[in-house]
Amino acid sequence: MYVAVKGGERAIENAHAWLAEERRGDPGVAELDVAQIRQQLGLAVNRVMAEGSLYDPDLAALAIKQARGDLIEAIFLIRAYRTTLPRFGASTPVDTGAMACDRRISATFKDLPGGQILGPTFDYTHRLLDFKLAAEGEVPDAPKRDADLADVPHVTGFLNREGLIEEAPQDDTPPPDLTREPLEMPADRALRLQALARADEGFTLGLAYSTQRGYARNHAFVGELRIGSVPVEMEIPELGFAVEIGEITLTECETVNQFKGSKTEPPQFTRGYGLVFGQTERKAISMALVDRALRWEELGEDDQGAPAQDAEFVLYHADNIQATGFLEHIKLPHYVDFQSELELVRKLRREAGAHQVQEAAE
Amino acid sequence: MTDYNFAYLDEQTKRMIRRAILKGLAIPGYQVPFASREMPMPYGWGTGGIQVSAAVLTPEDRFKVIDQGADDTTNAVSIRTFFERTAGVKTTTATAEATVIQTRHRIPEAPLTEGQILVYQVPIPEPLRFLEPRESETRKMHSLEEYGLMHVKLYEDISRHGHIATSYAYPVKVEGRYVMDPSPIPKFDNPKLGDMAAIQLFGAGREQRIYALPPYTQVVSLDFEDHPFDPSRADHPCGLCGAEDSYLDEVIVDDAGGRMFVCSDTDYCSARQAAGHTGKDAA
Repeated sequence: MYVAVKGGERAIENAHAWLAEERRGDPGVAELDVAQIRQQLGLAVNRVMAEGSLYDPDLAALAIKQARGDLIEAIFLIRAYRTTLPRFGASTPVDTGAMACDRRISATFKDLPGGQILGPTFDYTHRLLDFKLAAEGEVPDAPKRDADLADVPHVTGFLNREGLIEEAPQDDTPPPDLTREPLEMPADRALRLQALARADEGFTLGLAYSTQRGYARNHAFVGELRIGSVPVEMEIPELGFAVEIGEITLTECETVNQFKGSKTEPPQFTRGYGLVFGQTERKAISMALVDRALRWEELGEDDQGAPAQDAEFVLYHADNIQATGFLEHIKLPHYVDFQSELELVRKLRREAGAHQVQEAAE
Repeated sequence: MTDYNFAYLDEQTKRMIRRAILKGLAIPGYQVPFASREMPMPYGWGTGGIQVSAAVLTPEDRFKVIDQGADDTTNAVSIRTFFERTAGVKTTTATAEATVIQTRHRIPEAPLTEGQILVYQVPIPEPLRFLEPRESETRKMHSLEEYGLMHVKLYEDISRHGHIATSYAYPVKVEGRYVMDPSPIPKFDNPKLGDMAAIQLFGAGREQRIYALPPYTQVVSLDFEDHPFDPSRADHPCGLCGAEDSYLDEVIVDDAGGRMFVCSDTDYCSARQAAGHTGKDAA
């Protein structure tokens, strides 16, 4: 005798209890604390802050702990928290030219004002598993010298003096806010960059890579990649001037792209731009390449039909919280729809069968 | 959950959603873009419906949630618990007692009445999406009332299969103007959409759209004169309550091909059983 399934509530509670136990793992092993994650899994924390669109390393570390290391789940926790926060106002634009750089490299000039600063990078590590880390974590202090306090001007500024690169005129129009307005097409560059800054790293990487392999090929030089901290300032109406409210670490990538000119533009270099929270250089470079590919229309280039040129395709599919939600929802019950499909297929098969019998009789 | 506002969303957000709902009610079947928020459940779990419910619920409301017609499916349980916690509203499983009903994939069997609100969770609000993937194009098609593509699709179904091969999310035309996706309800439910006494609100969170049917709106399922719309159901009575007019789930009961059919609307079925109706499989 069939009894309708009951007890969804108990099942959910029990599943949550089991999940909590699995998250903790073997209680004989010391529990991770949030500070350890923040300090020692910093690049994961950075990704969660960038794609979660919330600069808070402690909360990002907590989210990673709660999500058992599933970064998309952690990003989701941050997004859901962020959306409940009140908005006090907007900062003034940060000045990345005044960044205190931990890392600053240019692939286009051997040397330049401000110098090349390699910084803490994996770039020239040999990817050999370091078994010592499995036993002991202590490392000797890295060599130190005083920071050079001279300005580190943007590379594109040098090209600009010669008129070799397109102008990027200052625009004080307040950018749209895609977390407060529905995303609608066509999207201007400010909105596209905003969406790319929180886009899934893997998706952005794949699209950027596709442009390098010929899908809207536009060879990009990394004019400059810089990582460091910048002050964040906010205008306080009561005071009448801007005050510093904190510092954030950013990764900025400016690409310099070949451009043979078009009907509307002279031959010159063009720009792609990436700016992301934290040390997140793979994402920032990817963002710059995709930004450049999406600019085909304003530069009068041809539409090659490449995925990375298609703003609607890119922007509607770049958000991993939207994507994973819709993808994973197909595991929810669909038996009502499936039942209606069953009835339809049975009916079509019945009729097809009757048809064949009739044809055989004829 | 005292840290959060009544029904979770802040009042500004609710106001924004209510404006979208009012616009939707004023232009039945038109998809109104709204600034959907990230909710504490994933997109695809009914975040559109949840935001609409949050915007219309008042402390006096009595809330019912169904998924696949049932009050006790896991996600229905989860959404009901969410509003019990964040809004403290009374909940019910009885269709007639509810003032706001959030649903996924079904319309209750019992006719709804004036004063009730039915909130649908919508995955893809655009009925033309699978014919044209670009939002910029489909919005243009709606504004020009350019629905030829949809009729061609339905016609091709008939020429290939002898029938319109759409069994759920069957497109409708609202007040002779907008073609609308009724959400993935089985086409069996389509006739209930039109001329309904209750307000029907549709929320698509990930796609950032809200649309609506005010009470007593004309809603017509698309068809052809020589191939009229057919709201089919499994041709059986309910095994538990004997109902012959309800939508049925097919349940596999053993590994020898045994199956039975039971009402998908659990409230309808249990109310009938309580009133003494029995089906052939009832204990």
